[in-house]
This record gives sequence, structure tokens and C-alpha cells, in this order.
Amino acid sequence: MIVAEGRARPWVSGARKWQDRGFTIFMWACATVAMVPLVLITLYVATRGYHALSINFFTKEPAGPLDPTAGGILQSFIGSALIVGMATMFSVPLGVFAAVYLSEYGRGWFASAMRLIAEVLLSTPSIVAGAFIWSVVVVAMGSFSAVAGALSLTVLMWPVIARATEEVLRLVPQDLREGALALGLPRWKVILRVVVPTAGAGTITSIMLAVARGLGETAPILLTALGNDFINTNPLQPTDAVPLRIYDYARTSVEPLHVFAWGGALILLAAVLVLSIAARVLSTRQQKRIA
Amino acid sequence: MRGVEVGGLSAWFGSKQVLHHVNLVAETGKVTAIIGPSGCGKSTLIRCMNRLHEEVRGARVEGKVLFDGIDLYGPGTDPVEVRRRIGMVFQRPNPFPTMSVLDNAVAGLRLGVKLSKVELRERGERALRAAGLWDEVKDRLGEPGAKLSGGQQQRLCIARALAVEPEVLLMDEPASALDPASTLRIEELIGELKDDYTVVIVTHNMQQAARVSDFTLFMLYGEVVEFAPTQKIFTRPDDQRTEDYVTGRFG
Repeated sequence: MIVAEGRARPWVSGARKWQDRGFTIFMWACATVAMVPLVLITLYVATRGYHALSINFFTKEPAGPLDPTAGGILQSFIGSALIVGMATMFSVPLGVFAAVYLSEYGRGWFASAMRLIAEVLLSTPSIVAGAFIWSVVVVAMGSFSAVAGALSLTVLMWPVIARATEEVLRLVPQDLREGALALGLPRWKVILRVVVPTAGAGTITSIMLAVARGLGETAPILLTALGNDFINTNPLQPTDAVPLRIYDYARTSVEPLHVFAWGGALILLAAVLVLSIAARVLSTRQQKRIA
Repeated sequence: MRGVEVGGLSAWFGSKQVLHHVNLVAETGKVTAIIGPSGCGKSTLIRCMNRLHEEVRGARVEGKVLFDGIDLYGPGTDPVEVRRRIGMVFQRPNPFPTMSVLDNAVAGLRLGVKLSKVELRERGERALRAAGLWDEVKDRLGEPGAKLSGGQQQRLCIARALAVEPEVLLMDEPASALDPASTLRIEELIGELKDDYTVVIVTHNMQQAARVSDFTLFMLYGEVVEFAPTQKIFTRPDDQRTEDYVTGRFG
């Protein structure tokens, strides 16, 4: 009806064309404005942090106060890997099992409660997670430690994995579940061998996003892993991490160390970007496969 | 090889009753067709015959389905065991997207009992041959099952159902998503399968029912209107409504 009118009165169609064009330009402008901060931050961090990147930066512990630039922040990289690695080990099973429960079995009040808890944790200030683990783990153990740091990150990471994985599990067509059930497979095997693999890439995507989040968290680690000027690989000892080092160096009055803070920020930003982009690529492929 | 007997079966989705006291005997070694207009409950009926109906949230069943002297809805009956012996093929081909052609064919075996690689491959080949797909896929067994054409995918799903060696094969509009050539292949296949299996097929295509089945059940609004040898249903049905439906006066 409307189309027919448009054809009968071509000037209407002309006005619509301009309206359409205007709206398209407006949308492009909005998208560009949204992109600007990310690009600016990346460029700024890159130009400031670039100078810090040297072989020493990646291979040495901090040097003494006489020549701070001779050292590096190797202990932070190792510490971050240790803490986030352990946190991933804890939060992947927790998050994935929670997701499977919520999507495949979740009915009734318990599932609703679990979903609510995950949602609340997602928006909880991260320092609260740190304070919580400090009071139950650090105080009980009598020491700051990498494990405590990992646990505080787990509190923040499992809900990310649980909610995102639940979404992808729900995308798996009901047809496939029924097809597998109709073969006389018990429900748990249907989930393990058909549903979870079909959602595989999506699950990995959600894990990557959670790792990206864990890598950048500062407050919970500060209250639990504390930081360390030396390499530590003992999970029960205070341990350094990249965001802690950035925080530390950004506040110091020793000018050359500010550059190191920028360097740490650059590496962290690059790691998070790589993880996010990889997650994006994987999830696009996944969507293609399910469709 | 055994038949299935449905007695006084009623089914609900939530509070909506979709089957009213349905009776049906699917005889051993015969093809029984269930026909009727959309929404008459034919899919629900067939899904009650392997206890898949209850997988839908809020779904409920009352009545009996007897198979091999066992009431499928009896207190001690395990739905997993029921589905192992009563296989099903769905309307839309649903090969598992993460599995190869061969893995799809033996999915029910691989995920069930432990078998050696050689045994799996043999059982897979046998199932693919039975489904009339072997010659087309024997060189592409490692490719993803989802890469086959729609008709091939459907035969792959039939192979997958046959591989677990069920005694009954339920088919829920198995050809409605396929082109005429693939439909013909499936229909020929049904003719071959009935020597070894009891087949129950839901179809909204009356010509298909007439071509492949020995008995036909005509349903309307969740109730059985008429159940008789296919020949009789299509030539001299007892009920006026059946005649109106098969002659295309409504539906």
C-alpha cells in the first residue's frame, strides 16, 4: 500500500531517500564517536609505553634505586600468569558446570537463585571480592598469596563464564538434543557429547573474555596477592602481577618508573585486545556453524 | 521385531490436551501411517511412542503404550532403554554438526557401549548401506555430516537411528523438508526397511501415506477418526470425515 503510493508520487520517494541517507550518516557518526576513546587510549598508551619495552623489561626483576631503568618487571608477568592461570583453573569448571546446570536442568527456585547470584557478582565492585577473600583466606592463612589472588579473581570470573556459556548452550538447537535422546543416550551423555561440543567455540570465547577480565583486575589482587619485588612461583607466597606493578609505579615519585608503568599498561592492553579479538573471531565462526 | 500397541493415550502440553484417548496398533513388520491436518496431534502421538513427548517442559501423558509386553509408561520403565529399542527420525534432518559422516552414523553406539574402532566402522558401514547412503558417502566418511545435501543428511539420520539396531522405527514427517527426488529415495527406503522393522510414519502428504503404508490412522483434533488398512482408508472409508479429508475436501 505504502509502496504503491510512493510509486504514484515520486517526490515522496525522494524525501524518503534523503531521510534514509541522513539516518545512515547519523548512525555512522555515532559508531565513530563510540570508537574514538578506544583508539585514543590505545594510541596514547602505545606512545607512552613504547619506550619501556626493552629486553631488560621482560627478563629482569626490578633493579635497585640507583638505576631503576636497568631492571624490568619479569616477576609481574610470571605472577600474573600464575594468578590468572590458577583463577582460570578454578573458574572454568565452576562456570561451565553452572552454565550446563542453568541451561539443561535449571528450573525452579534454585536455578533462579543461582542466576541472580551470578548476575549480582557480575556487577559487584571487584574490591569487594578482594575484601571477601582477604577476610576468609588471607586472614585464615596468615599470609598474602597467589592462591588468595586467584580465588578473588575466581569470584569475578566464574559468573562471566557461567552467563556467557549458558547463552551459547541455549543457542544449540533443540533438534540436536532430541536427536541424541532418541538414540537412547542418557541425558548426561547427550550434554557431554553433543550439546557442549556444539557450543564449544562459544564456551572458549566466554573463557577468553573471563581471562581478559581477570588479567586487568587490580583491586582484588592488591588485597590478596599483595605484590612482590622478586619472582615468586610458590602459590602460598605474596606474588606480583602486572596491574599491581602499574599501580605501584604510577604512584611512585621516581620519574623513570612512570615509563615502566606505561609499558606494563601497554602489554596488558595488548593481551586483552588479542584475547577479545580472538574471542570475536571464534564466536563468529561458531555462529556460522550452528546456522 | 515387535509391534507397538497404544491404548487410551491422552497427552497434554501444560493444561492444553492434545491427544484424547487414542488407540492404535502398529503391527510387526508393517508400515503404519498417521495422517491428519496440521495440529491434529499426529507428531505428539508418535513422540509419545518413544517417550520423547515428556522432554518438553510441562508436557504430560496418560494411558498405555505396550511394546514387547512392557508398558512404556509403567513405573519401572527406563525412557533411555525405550528409546534405544524404538528409534526415531525427525522432520528436519539433524545430523550432529561437530561430527563427521561416519561419527554421525555411529553416534548412538559410540556414545553408548564401548566398541573397537574396527567394529564401529563395520557397524557404521552396515547402517549407511541400510539407509541407502553408502555409495554416495563412502569416500567422504571423514567430512562433517552437515556438509551433505538435505536428502543425504536425512538418510544419514536414518542410518544413525538404524545403527543402534532398534526394533521399531518412528518417522515424523521424514520427507517433508526434502525435494521430490530425495522424497522418493526415502519412500523406497521405507519399503525396504519394513522387512526388518516395525515402521510408524507421520505424514501430512496423503499420497505418501497411500504409497508406503499398510495401515493408516486418520486423526482430527487429537482424536482417532478411523484406523484401517490403507487400501480401505483411501477407497471406501467408513467415516464421512475421512472421506472428505482423503479426497481433499478439507485440510
